[in-house]
Amino acid sequence: MFNPSKHKNLSNLLKQSLKTVAIVAVTFTGLLLVTFLIGRVVPIDPVLAVVGDKASAQVYEQAYIAMGLHLPLWHQFFIYLGNVLSGDLGVSVLTARPVLEDILRVFPATFELAITATCIGVVFGIPLGVFSAVYRGSFLDQVTRVIGLLGYSLPIFWLGLLGLMVFYVQLDILPGPGRIDVFYEDIVDPVTGFLLIDCILAGERDIFFNALKHVILPATLLGYYSMAYLSRMTRSFMIDQLRQEYVLTARVKGIAEWRVIWGHALGNCAIPLITVVALSFGTLLEGSVLTETVFSWPGLGLYLTRSLLNADMNAVLGSTIVVGTIFLSINMFSDFLYTVFDPRAK
Amino acid sequence: MKKLCLLFLALMVLGANMALASAPKDTLVMAGVMDEIITLDPAEIFEFAGAEFAANTYDRLINYDVDNVSNIYGSIAESWKISEDGKSYSFKIRENITFASGNKLSADDVVFSLKRVIILNKSPAFILTQFGFTPENIDQRIVKTGQYAVTLTVDKAYAPTFFLYCMTATPGSIVDKKVVMAHAKDGDLGYNWLKTNYAGSGAFTLKKWKPSETLLLDRNDDYWGEKAKLKRVILRHITESTTQRLLLEKGDIDIARNLQPDDIKGLAKNNDIKIESKAKGAVYYLGLNQKNKYLKIPQVRQAFKYLIDYKGMASTILDGRATVHQSFLPKGFLGSLEDLPFSLNVQKAKALLKEAGLENGFSITMDTRNSEPTTSMAVAIQASLALGGIKLDIIPGEGKQTLTKYRARNHDIYIGRWGPDYMDPHTNADTFARNPDNSDDAKSKPLAWRNAWAIPEMTKKADAAVLEFDAAKRAQMYIELQREHQQTSPFVIMFQDIEILARRSNVNGFILGPTFDSNFYHATTK
Repeated sequence: MFNPSKHKNLSNLLKQSLKTVAIVAVTFTGLLLVTFLIGRVVPIDPVLAVVGDKASAQVYEQAYIAMGLHLPLWHQFFIYLGNVLSGDLGVSVLTARPVLEDILRVFPATFELAITATCIGVVFGIPLGVFSAVYRGSFLDQVTRVIGLLGYSLPIFWLGLLGLMVFYVQLDILPGPGRIDVFYEDIVDPVTGFLLIDCILAGERDIFFNALKHVILPATLLGYYSMAYLSRMTRSFMIDQLRQEYVLTARVKGIAEWRVIWGHALGNCAIPLITVVALSFGTLLEGSVLTETVFSWPGLGLYLTRSLLNADMNAVLGSTIVVGTIFLSINMFSDFLYTVFDPRAK
Repeated sequence: MKKLCLLFLALMVLGANMALASAPKDTLVMAGVMDEIITLDPAEIFEFAGAEFAANTYDRLINYDVDNVSNIYGSIAESWKISEDGKSYSFKIRENITFASGNKLSADDVVFSLKRVIILNKSPAFILTQFGFTPENIDQRIVKTGQYAVTLTVDKAYAPTFFLYCMTATPGSIVDKKVVMAHAKDGDLGYNWLKTNYAGSGAFTLKKWKPSETLLLDRNDDYWGEKAKLKRVILRHITESTTQRLLLEKGDIDIARNLQPDDIKGLAKNNDIKIESKAKGAVYYLGLNQKNKYLKIPQVRQAFKYLIDYKGMASTILDGRATVHQSFLPKGFLGSLEDLPFSLNVQKAKALLKEAGLENGFSITMDTRNSEPTTSMAVAIQASLALGGIKLDIIPGEGKQTLTKYRARNHDIYIGRWGPDYMDPHTNADTFARNPDNSDDAKSKPLAWRNAWAIPEMTKKADAAVLEFDAAKRAQMYIELQREHQQTSPFVIMFQDIEILARRSNVNGFILGPTFDSNFYHATTK
């Protein structure tokens, strides 16, 4: 039997899905167009990355045509767009490999760092922010604020070198830069690209622990910055919530203080906190160029920066698509979480 | 809080209990900047790190002694002779050589490798095509004359060392024809495959290349010559100098290749570390664009040469990484000139500027890449030019960005570094002292062209020098050319590069040559 209410729901769902697809398509096309144009406007000759400074005029011309640079801009863009739609991100001129293959190689390194750093940031940053707000003006609050301030003001580059100096050189309890010790190079075949997972899959316990130790220092460092940011934001949200009348009402009703703080007040901070954590995670996934430089961590940040500085446009556009996809996915995921934590958002 | 502290302590104990692996005994581990490698094909390699890879993994017909570059010796060529008219070079190839694949190396491979460079026509191809080789004539000019014999015929009777030195450069590497052609697609002569793979016969073979990450080389146990002492060489891409230093001090790497002066100083007192250096062929220079109304005045060009604090920069900013050098041929090359006619002399510079009618000075810009030591050098030059009343505005930019502008002749002044492509003096004479066509759409665009310096007479002199058979006469021709160049050119040549490496004291035998394609790993022990 025809159910108008169900039909209406399906129709709404279809409309919503189409709307989402349209938004994603427009966002990606816009993102690609802007990145493409920036790549063509920057005063860097992309042919130089291929042929070098000393190439003859004939070799230069040959490469110029092979790269399609003699075509009008709009033509170049549509060729690229067509390739992307057919799943071909092109070949990087700097690595001579397909861009997709490059990204699949560098992205897991960044993801491993980002996920560990975000966990550290959430696990330590949110409770610290809550305590700081609850015991506002206390010694703990002052310490939290100093931690937050240092996280904002200390250059990550300097802190990275200091971390290496202390934990690697002086205390000798953590390994130096790189994802793995030289001794273990070329033993574990990349399956997923995530070294820790690949080690487990290969049953290489020693290499797993070695890789784990390598990730500790850079991830803790990034985690510290994430923690500093999250603790500051949590503190600010919580102070705002603790002033609300519903908190006073709950206390008057005799509800346990821990429940008022962790259940009621923090629960109401969930929505803005989700946005903050999502943004922080998204930023980390773009790759932290300085951290990757200090720790020789072959991640997306270094790949993208190097490609940009050499006008390796296939690599830049490919990386942009990845970063764009990440941000869109994170945004959509946080929208979904809104509906979980706040039924009014449905 | 207490639990958190316990967790942290537990992690520390876990860390301390797991022994940290240091560089293995049979492996040489180096840290360096290797993200410039964009190809592994010797027909295309044209950057320092790539050239070093090719030198250690491929053989060439001939090579030169890094301690006495005038001594050219046969590598896979057992012997060679030059025809009486000076145009034909006949090489006899050793018969006992096999590639890493197991295939025997013969004249077919030599002919294929050289023809391939010319047909593919990538950036370094000019090193061979400058001898008149073209895709149309190579079948007549590069000929197999026996199973192990090859004859190459050039278009003019060039100075023999010119041709021979060019054959020692990277495009002269011999590739395994069978392996390469097995991977050829659509007539690409295996180019797309060899960009990321290997087909050589050198002392080391390629194990794995992860761009901007690691390069792993394994010893070629079937190598026909003196076998490498170590089983494996690992190059790790580490850009940061301090990071390289920390790794070296801890013994996790054996050699650090790119240390800044501060880190080198810091290592000087460490008994476990030794510092080595070798003069390289690259020179640092300023290019003064002759399209600029001030810079085209001869007295102004000369004034610039007296407004540089050569000694001051060499002892502070460069501090051991470069030596003062003021001519276009680096020390070690045939005909190099070691005269140092210029030093900081503000009075003389001011007199020259007055003579040019610019006693009140003028403003000018300099395109400067954002990397050390170039940035610090630019600041020092800015200060010393100010003493003469010249206001220098530094335009910072990324390497490729400043280069793009320079190549388009849109700069006022460009601060650059130029390395030779092969060991013959023509390599630098060709770019600093030749400019066959100064028009904007010229086909040949050497450094003299980039600075819009029209020099028909000097071009003729450089062309004559490359054809001189008598080595002593030829050297004299280059010396005279450089003396004239020093006084008249729009190039302020300042320094010659020195490569510095720091190694663990137990590491010996690393061969540092005058160019990057003469740095060798095979004799290294630890």
